[in-house]
Amino acid sequence: MEEIVNQNGAVTEQLDAATDAEIDMRLVRENHRSETVGEMTVDDPRMICRNVDVYYGDKQAIFNVSLDIGKNQVIAMIGPSGCGKSTFLRCLNRMNDTIDICRVTGVIKMDNQDIYDSRLDVVSLRASVGMVFQKPNPFPKSIFDNVAYGPRIHGLSDSDTHLNEIIERSLHKAGLWDEVKDRLDQPGTGLSGGQQQRLCIARAIAVSPEVILMDEPCSALDPIATAKIEELIDELRENYTIAIVTHSMQQAARVSQRTAYFHLGKLIEVGETDQIFTAPRHKLTEDYITGRFG
Amino acid sequence: MNNLQQHNDTMARVQQGLNQRYRNEKRFRRVGLSAIMSGLIFVSFLFITIFANGYTAFQQTYLKLDVVFDPALIAPLGMTDPDILSAANYGGLVKAAMREMFPSVTSRREKKTLYKLVSTGAVYQLREMVMLDPALIGTKKSVWLVADDDVDMLIKEHIDLNAVESDRRIKNNQLEWIRLLQKNGRVEKRFNSTFFTAGDSREPELSGIKGAVYGSFFTLLICLAIAFPVGVAAAVYLEEFASKNRWTDLIEVNINNLAAVPSIVFGLLGLAVFINFFGLPRSVPLVGGLVLALMTLPTIIIASRAALKSVPPSIREAALGVGASPMQTVTHHVLPLAMPGMLTGTIIGMAQALGETAPLLMIGMVAFIVDIPGGPFDPSAVLPVQVYLWADSPERAFVERTSAAIMVLLAFLISMNLLAVWLRKKFERRW
Ligand SMILES: Nc1ncnc2c1ncn2[C@@H]1O[C@H](COP(=O)(O)OP(=O)(O)OP(=O)(O)O)[C@@H](O)[C@H]1O
Ligand SMILES: [Mg+2]
Repeated sequence: MEEIVNQNGAVTEQLDAATDAEIDMRLVRENHRSETVGEMTVDDPRMICRNVDVYYGDKQAIFNVSLDIGKNQVIAMIGPSGCGKSTFLRCLNRMNDTIDICRVTGVIKMDNQDIYDSRLDVVSLRASVGMVFQKPNPFPKSIFDNVAYGPRIHGLSDSDTHLNEIIERSLHKAGLWDEVKDRLDQPGTGLSGGQQQRLCIARAIAVSPEVILMDEPCSALDPIATAKIEELIDELRENYTIAIVTHSMQQAARVSQRTAYFHLGKLIEVGETDQIFTAPRHKLTEDYITGRFG
Repeated sequence: MNNLQQHNDTMARVQQGLNQRYRNEKRFRRVGLSAIMSGLIFVSFLFITIFANGYTAFQQTYLKLDVVFDPALIAPLGMTDPDILSAANYGGLVKAAMREMFPSVTSRREKKTLYKLVSTGAVYQLREMVMLDPALIGTKKSVWLVADDDVDMLIKEHIDLNAVESDRRIKNNQLEWIRLLQKNGRVEKRFNSTFFTAGDSREPELSGIKGAVYGSFFTLLICLAIAFPVGVAAAVYLEEFASKNRWTDLIEVNINNLAAVPSIVFGLLGLAVFINFFGLPRSVPLVGGLVLALMTLPTIIIASRAALKSVPPSIREAALGVGASPMQTVTHHVLPLAMPGMLTGTIIGMAQALGETAPLLMIGMVAFIVDIPGGPFDPSAVLPVQVYLWADSPERAFVERTSAAIMVLLAFLISMNLLAVWLRKKFERRW
């Protein structure tokens, strides 16, 4: 127990160094109450979350979570079912706004700006923080229109050729181009599950987001499609920051650089993926990854 | 051993229960089937009686007369002035032709009953012919003229000849003349085009449903133009934008209540608001359409909300996830996917409105109107009210016209519902 407290102290000092004046001292002080073990901050954060609480009506789903999402890194979020991984992930692009009873407190910053600030435009936030959902959800339109939708509504292309370029590049990056290049006019819903998911990834990267959130993107896919998507995630890391929720610890180990373990709405432990899987510091984490729980 | 016994025991119980389950299923199927059968029987009974009563209305008896276009009765030869031509005494032509055919009829009273065999509409028929071709004046020509509705009924065997003469619409001497005409091949049943090209009339043989069809058309047009956009907008707002709280619950309950309010109440409302307060004219499709719009609005809102609800939330999330605004999400994705359901609901609402009578009685659309309306501001009847009016008329010939009007109404209803089914089939999407 003492050890945990000590580590928290160390974390706090680091936080001070990393984010200096941007995060006010109140938050830092409150951070002492957080039970999180491990290094919740990184040197080069893309998004900074501090003391995030989420409530569904009266029920609290996320308790005081502070976490940095590192730039050009993949961070995996693991934990037993119902622990709030999806809820936390959806805070990062304000997808929870669509749920009437959902309320988020705390600070989530991107580019020094609180994304829950009322002055911030949700639409532009979602253009820079894309999302891929658990169930592939292509629009019931053609493959082309699926990918073109984002660039069109944001006015990203100057001409048809430019749009075609964007589409081809996105499908290439999503590893789908060779499979669909001859049938771009066919409905996206007619693809296989794995192809649909890659189409959704292509759709997300077509608007050139900086961060991509993925909520169990492979849960409906077979091992081969999963392997393709994992490979893809690894490639995407070069240009994007990725936060992925997964139930597969192997997947977390394979694709991520950092891993965060959630339990009953609390962030229990976060750290380098290698460290989490080889030498977890918290008892709950250890139980979970060794299969004694969850 | 023990295990095997237990397994056998379980299987025996399952088997026992299984039979019971199959029996239940069979019984349920039989009940369902008989429900559908009895429904079909009632519907076919309705259709058969209406058809049996009404199909004769699509034919009309005509009499062939040798009409002399006497210049003395019309106008001098070579006259083409339409004013003079239209004011001429064409009734005299008909009478002269009848007299010539039955020279034995001499007394004034007998002549009058003789003239009654031909419809008063024959006059307009002759006038039209002459106005179209003034060269006819001075010639003699065999013309098929519309017979009176009583003659028509006799030919269609709707008149009981065994009844006492005084109780009959066709007297003995008239019967004799008709038989003579029949023998000479001067009586014929022809397709009744008047029924589709004329407005209402006191004379059954001259009445038609065109006025009512146009009235219904304009009424539904107004109704659609108001109820569809308002209903869809209300549904979209309630379903996609309004936060779910006590107020929206209250609104939902009220909309559902409104859908169940008796239609005559909407008629009273229309009378009070549109006619008495806003001073709109009575008996016009504009007011009828407004009233029916109020009445179909709840139906459209409820159907549209159901259609919106059936659009999977994952589509909304997908659109919001790439940065579409809520409005773009709705207009680009949700509305197109919900549109077939909305259209189906709207068409069913329109079909309901087409058959609605009670509220229109309240706003005076029950008036006797001969002219065919040229727009939503002209007084007119509508199909169901026309049915009501004709069903209320004493003449036997109106009975078959009532059924015929119902057939036309049903034809419109069936085609609207088929359109709804077709739309649903055509635009049904899977995701
Ligand atoms: N829309 C909602 N309304 C009310 N409660 C919700 C809602 N969504 C999630 N919750 C609650 O919030 C808690 C966290 O849910 P969440 O979906 O984030 O879990 P999760 O970690 O993603 O689980 P899983 O691994 O099964 O997807 C759960 O207790 C859940 O019941
Ligand atoms: Mg989840």
